[in-house]
Amino acid sequence: MKEFNGKILFLDRNDINTDEIIPAKYLTEISKEALRPYLLEDLKMDGFDAAKDLPGKTVIVTRENFGCGSSREHAPWALEVNDIHIVIAENFARIFRQNMFNCGMMAVPLEKEQIDLLFGTFAGKETILTTDFKGSKFTFSSGSDSIELSFGISDFDRSLVEAGGWVDFADKNY
Amino acid sequence: MGKTIAQKIFDSHRVDNPSGDINVIKLDAVFCHEITTPIAINDLKSRGKYRVFDKDKIKAVIDHVTPSKDSKTAEQAKIMREWARDLDIKDFFDVGQNGVCHALFPEKGYVRPGYTIIMGDSHTCTHGAFGAFAAGVGTTDLEVGILKGVCAFKSPETLKVELTGTRAKGVYAKDIILHVISRLGVNGATDHVIEFDGSVISDLSMEERMTLCNMAIEAGGTCGICPPDKTTVDYLWPFISNEFSTKEEALKDYVRWASDDDAAFSKILKIDISELEPVSTFGFKPDQVKTVKEMEKTPVDQIYIGSCTNGRIEDLRAAAEVLKGRKLNPSVRGILAPATPQVYRNAVKEGLIDIFMDAGFCVTNPTCGACLGMSNGVLADGEVCASTTNRNFNGRMGKGGMVHLMSPASAAAAGIAGYITDPRSFLVQDGEN
Ligand code: SF4
Repeated sequence: MKEFNGKILFLDRNDINTDEIIPAKYLTEISKEALRPYLLEDLKMDGFDAAKDLPGKTVIVTRENFGCGSSREHAPWALEVNDIHIVIAENFARIFRQNMFNCGMMAVPLEKEQIDLLFGTFAGKETILTTDFKGSKFTFSSGSDSIELSFGISDFDRSLVEAGGWVDFADKNY
Repeated sequence: MGKTIAQKIFDSHRVDNPSGDINVIKLDAVFCHEITTPIAINDLKSRGKYRVFDKDKIKAVIDHVTPSKDSKTAEQAKIMREWARDLDIKDFFDVGQNGVCHALFPEKGYVRPGYTIIMGDSHTCTHGAFGAFAAGVGTTDLEVGILKGVCAFKSPETLKVELTGTRAKGVYAKDIILHVISRLGVNGATDHVIEFDGSVISDLSMEERMTLCNMAIEAGGTCGICPPDKTTVDYLWPFISNEFSTKEEALKDYVRWASDDDAAFSKILKIDISELEPVSTFGFKPDQVKTVKEMEKTPVDQIYIGSCTNGRIEDLRAAAEVLKGRKLNPSVRGILAPATPQVYRNAVKEGLIDIFMDAGFCVTNPTCGACLGMSNGVLADGEVCASTTNRNFNGRMGKGGMVHLMSPASAAAAGIAGYITDPRSFLVQDGEN
């Protein structure tokens, strides 16, 4: 199973699409590793600078409809090769969400109020996520601030994470 | 309680229910192209599972960048080619026979009402125009589809869009779907099938239905679906005439997939299109839509006519109607990419290619090309394109470029004027000659 802990990158915008996560011109790559330098290259957002803000981050917290647009699994792969295995948002585009779990990674929805709370409390501060996968609990902490939230994912998604992805799961079961 | 089309299809294809509302369904076809398939092929090789579940159900094409533009795209094409050869995949379309997947595969007769189809491409929703469940997936789902012929989906909820009224001259399927997306928002249909119904749909050609369903994903929809009817049968007849003795028999068989009268829709959106005008997007999201009148005089640098949304013969006819006897504004470059070789050939026969070339267009081979900013018309920083494609994301057709999505007629009109303008002033109005 992959790691779902670490420093959080806060992306305060709705509808971040797959072209922003990994531009189409890199789709000619045939290895996941080659995508590493280009993650979020086309994301234009006030105060966001990929070169400065990405290093060391292993978790993304963002708003609505993350991963909309193309079906490219290059988007989760670009995250994966940058050691980002979990995205937490209000909701996700269907294909992106499925791609994450298919790769044994997590795309976890939280309520809007909870996301607001996380942005309100932690945005701009160095914040760490600790995930209790079995207990379905997140702990967000920065300095003396700490927030615990429980999360829900389906049993199926859970088994994909445990199996390390859909290929192994399907190969065993079908 | 009655069932929707999607529920009927799921019920007839379900092989497992691994948890809650997750359905593993068996697939009638797996479509493949060279951008998302090679990594799946390589992964299958490295797992020692270099095989396919059913070679006749795999349909493959090189379409996104073709002929290859550099060593990397050549490598992607090579992997596809060798795979098709090694595993004896007969329905494989390479340079000379290839065209944009979602235009090519329907034209070859690979889609039927009631089918389940996946492809590593978000616009796979196009094929729902035939009353099929067709969904875009990532490479891992594709890989499992290729190997096992199954895919997992949540139980589909259906959002019905009921379209009534009369369509005004100059208003096309593209205008209708852009309007629908502006009403739904870019995630208004997430995890939902969008079923299009109503008197407007019955009157649409299969090509127009494909334009509608093509953009279901731009509202987050899993698939767009139109109920199969006589138009569906007429389109498919060359491919099914050996399966049914008459068209009536085929129709009777196909309409069983249509939603029951008492089917449960999670939401119904009713739209009367009588007042609808030609529209265009204005921002970086496909739900940011205005009338072309409101966009009047927005300067453009390039016109792009093509793609799986609007690169079919009817689209070329609509653009040619505007372009006939006219020239592109000198400040504008025009690019036409007929979506398939058959579209190209018919356009030559009908004299449409002459009209485009007389107007000053560059006519490229069938390919996705500039639609995703990979070749054949990539924009420079700050440039603006009036495009018949389906996505206007920031950087989509080239870093720093702006894309305004619109119908082929509106794009052609922008090409002549040099700025976005109402195409109706260039169309022969009913009653004139
Ligand atoms: S034409 Fe554009 S949207 Fe359609 S399949 Fe090709 S790249 Fe995708």
